[in-house]
Amino acid sequence: MEPTSRKFNANVRVALANDALQSALGKIESGFVVNRANAAARLPEFDALRDQARDIKDHTLDNLDFYLEAFESRVHESGGHVHWASSAADARRAILDICRSVDAKIVTKGKSMIAEEIGLNEYLEKNNIEPVETDLGEYIIQLRKEPPSHIIAPAIHLVKEQVEDAFRSAHEGMFDPGRSLEEPRALLEEARAVLRQRFLDADVGITGANFLIAATGSTVIVTNEGNGDLTQTLPTIHIVVASLEKVVPTLEDASTILRVLARSATGQEYSSYTTFSNGPRRNGDPDGPEQFHVVLLDNGRSDLLGGPVRDVLRCIRCGACMNHCPVYGAVGGHSYGWVYPGPIGAVLTPSFLGLDEGRHLPNASTFCGRCESVCPVRIPLLSLMRHYREQSFEEKISPPAERTGLGVWAFFARHPALYRFTTGLAMRALAWAGRKQGRFSTLPFAGGWTAHRDLPAPQGDTFQRQWSARGGRQR
Amino acid sequence: MSEARPEAGLFVTCLVDLFRPSVGFAAVALLEQAGCAVTVPRNQTCCGQPAYNGGDRTNAKAIAKQVIEAFESFDYVVAPSGSCAGMIAKHYPQLFADDPAMAARARDLAGRTHELISFLVDIRDMRGLGVKFDATATYHDSCSGLRELNVKAQPRALIEQIEGLRLVELPGAELCCGFGGAFCVKYPEISNRMAANKTRDIAGTGADLVLAGDLGCLMNIAGKLAREGSSIRVRHIAEVLAGTADQPAIGEGPR
Repeated sequence: MEPTSRKFNANVRVALANDALQSALGKIESGFVVNRANAAARLPEFDALRDQARDIKDHTLDNLDFYLEAFESRVHESGGHVHWASSAADARRAILDICRSVDAKIVTKGKSMIAEEIGLNEYLEKNNIEPVETDLGEYIIQLRKEPPSHIIAPAIHLVKEQVEDAFRSAHEGMFDPGRSLEEPRALLEEARAVLRQRFLDADVGITGANFLIAATGSTVIVTNEGNGDLTQTLPTIHIVVASLEKVVPTLEDASTILRVLARSATGQEYSSYTTFSNGPRRNGDPDGPEQFHVVLLDNGRSDLLGGPVRDVLRCIRCGACMNHCPVYGAVGGHSYGWVYPGPIGAVLTPSFLGLDEGRHLPNASTFCGRCESVCPVRIPLLSLMRHYREQSFEEKISPPAERTGLGVWAFFARHPALYRFTTGLAMRALAWAGRKQGRFSTLPFAGGWTAHRDLPAPQGDTFQRQWSARGGRQR
Repeated sequence: MSEARPEAGLFVTCLVDLFRPSVGFAAVALLEQAGCAVTVPRNQTCCGQPAYNGGDRTNAKAIAKQVIEAFESFDYVVAPSGSCAGMIAKHYPQLFADDPAMAARARDLAGRTHELISFLVDIRDMRGLGVKFDATATYHDSCSGLRELNVKAQPRALIEQIEGLRLVELPGAELCCGFGGAFCVKYPEISNRMAANKTRDIAGTGADLVLAGDLGCLMNIAGKLAREGSSIRVRHIAEVLAGTADQPAIGEGPR
């Protein structure tokens, strides 16, 4: 997808004026946030499991080459194929070649952020292959021709009336025009009825993976709708597209992380389906694909290993950081302008697209720390965002006015006597100007503040001057 | 207290120094009530967070060094702000990760630095206050104090001691108010939405007073409430605890 992260401020203005979006976002606190808190509270060892999950990811990242090669060997042994893709283009090409080998016309898809990252749907369409999203949220946004706005709830920006509109226009002629789609259940059943046939028609099924298991060559998907299972078992070919850092050493490690994944994401103890795939159908298997392919995407990740933002690769894509982010809650996922929104996107976007495109995202945070406080693998999101702020500052990518303002302020802050003198004068003047109201509704050079709120006036003399005048103890 | 009075250095914080000295004097009164001798070093301006969070590490380190030097040798360093205390206690040591000598001094200061309210309760074991203040109040948990320093129960424990004051819990008390230092002027529309959510929740409590422990959040909340024409007053918790809340509230004109 064409990134719009550099137009973040314009995206934000659109999002803040979108009433349907604001209404949809208003449900996150009472849904995801409350559910996660309850799930965490019910498991006494939850925080200890977060430490373990972090340690497993750290260990794997420290030995990534070893575990990836082990994974590849196990996949081969079970009769599958591994395709190494260093770029998005390589991954798209590998997938297209596999599809063309069976002259595929229709491809069903389980939910995959990596497929979003490589722009797979658009590419398949251009090559006359029809991708069909089978996750309900993904199906809805595919009909609406828009990208996901959340990594686990792709259509969270919509209210049900918008879904109804999308279904009525996309399913015209397939159902009674007088049918009621008032209830979410009716929408679900209609999508299911349409998708049933598509599952049977598909030549290839593409899924993502929540884990790749080095010891067994298994790929794992975590879903709630069962669509992923139909996607990967019914067609002749199953393609898994996953990024390098999804690998974990053992089934035991995957089990540990699974205990924090769903709890962090939706507040479920486990998602409805946790499905392990090992190679193609074996002799005697009642079902399963004839071919099993894993496309392993790097796309800049190996460059992050050993660097200052390496910890971002621990991410297990639960979405808790964005669910708990007040900025995400105000502006929604599309404002971030690329595949990954919220705090994790504020680190991933500049990592993958550079600061010219992504510099706003790590800056547009109050550093309230709520994301870090819920991250199941304890990614130091604030430090990583601060790293990109430092790089923006050093490389003079941040706006000149901002750097100049910071420079002037820092000069005074580093010269206490001058600071005391100057602020003493300034505060007395401001206090005099604001003496009647006690606040300002406009003030030169304070438009960013006073556009939306009043500025409380200073009380008068600074504390330091008053303390001196009273003969308070100083040093 | 039978032992010698401990020496407490007051880190005033730039916002209290410039905008609301009454919070500084309230902090001094509370620290003295808690048995401390209070000194205010002259060579303090700011904790350096604007530089640190603005990506200007060089100036952040220079300002941090200035604070470390100004506050050496106090038994305690106390700030009426979870944000500034968190900067000193949690971030200074990280700033000097590549300079072992300074890192040791930073860690030493970090270990002695406290947010005011948690210091009074956790370290000085303050209980009875003997203060009266008639109000229905709600309390906003400022982000840094809450998440970096675990300031949550302490302010409530002291608020309970105030005669005449009824505390109504604020739904979403732990949600950021949208201040975020320079964030509020760099991304004013987002900040405004967050502040509006906060004032909506505050109004929903029916409280006539909002308390918190950080002046940045308080000025943001007070400014938004005033713009909305609300009559709800906003104060730093220290003023109420010290019994000095007789001056106009934040952003309020003369009475």
